[in-house]
Amino acid sequence: MSTLQVPVSSADHVQGDPHAPVTLVEYGDYQCPACGAAFPIVKAVQKHFGKALRFVFRNFPLTQIHPEAESAAETAEFAGAHGHFWEVHDALYENQLGLPLYLALAEALNLPEAALREALEKRTFRPKVRSDFMGGLKSGVNGTPTFFINGKRHDGASDFDSLAGTIAAELAQLETSS
Amino acid sequence: MTTVCIEPQTAERQEQAELLRPGTKAPDFTLHVTPDQCLSLSDLTGKPVVIAFYPADWSPVCGDQMTLYNEALPEFEKYGAEILGISVDGAWCHDAFAKHQHIHFPLLSDFEPKGAVAKQYGAYREGEGICQRALFVIDRNGVIAWSYLSPLAVNPGADGILQALERLPD
Repeated sequence: MSTLQVPVSSADHVQGDPHAPVTLVEYGDYQCPACGAAFPIVKAVQKHFGKALRFVFRNFPLTQIHPEAESAAETAEFAGAHGHFWEVHDALYENQLGLPLYLALAEALNLPEAALREALEKRTFRPKVRSDFMGGLKSGVNGTPTFFINGKRHDGASDFDSLAGTIAAELAQLETSS
Repeated sequence: MTTVCIEPQTAERQEQAELLRPGTKAPDFTLHVTPDQCLSLSDLTGKPVVIAFYPADWSPVCGDQMTLYNEALPEFEKYGAEILGISVDGAWCHDAFAKHQHIHFPLLSDFEPKGAVAKQYGAYREGEGICQRALFVIDRNGVIAWSYLSPLAVNPGADGILQALERLPD
């Protein structure tokens, strides 16, 4: 079974209680239709489990088939460096990707537009995105989105019932063993 | 007196052949890589080679698997490794698929005689007439270092390949 090879760390973008018993890690691509479909499902799963779940998003852009995925990931990382990762993450899934969107997001969040343009031109955040990608490859990410639940690759569907069912089973097992 | 010829191991014949195992010399082959060019495994001697047998161009999981390896090329290159995809699709089909998915590594046609190379590697699905989803990592001396058979519907990812490349002696 494929398992997460890169532990969650301060380099990650994390939502939810840091002491939550279950961690859901998603490797995603902002231009991937399946990731877009999974976006509201993850939101629903987070709401359903509340403090019992923390969520981590890592980049896995499939750049050869999704030409906008890399710049979108770098824009999210730029926003993350300014403390606004999740607003941009959400907006990227909710809107048509492209530079006009990235600049509009920067303006809406009072992020310096010139710095964003420079970061995208100089590929400042490419190493971070690439590092996420490499960690995903080593962990057995086999498409997007790929989820890991407490480090174990989720090979079921990316729908609410499958994700929530696996998380609930993980919680039940933790309660039994504690 | 004539001997009645009873086919031995009828039950076993229904099962799929076993993949060639680590330690086995990788059988050499020459296959079309484009409609007018061929590539032989022996052309790559001295380099680690990853062979990914897969069932078919265009099917969604295969697309993901070859797309994934395409994205992973810089990581394979760190080990000096070449990767080859092999299916029974014809060279023109591979050509269209590779262009559509922007695939930057060779897709070989195990087309005529159909599946002959896959059969040599134990990676052919009799009955269905397609390649298994099977991975091999071959060392610099042409010996199989690692092999893995994935369930047909599961994209095996790249973690096993990268671990096998990591373990190869320099």
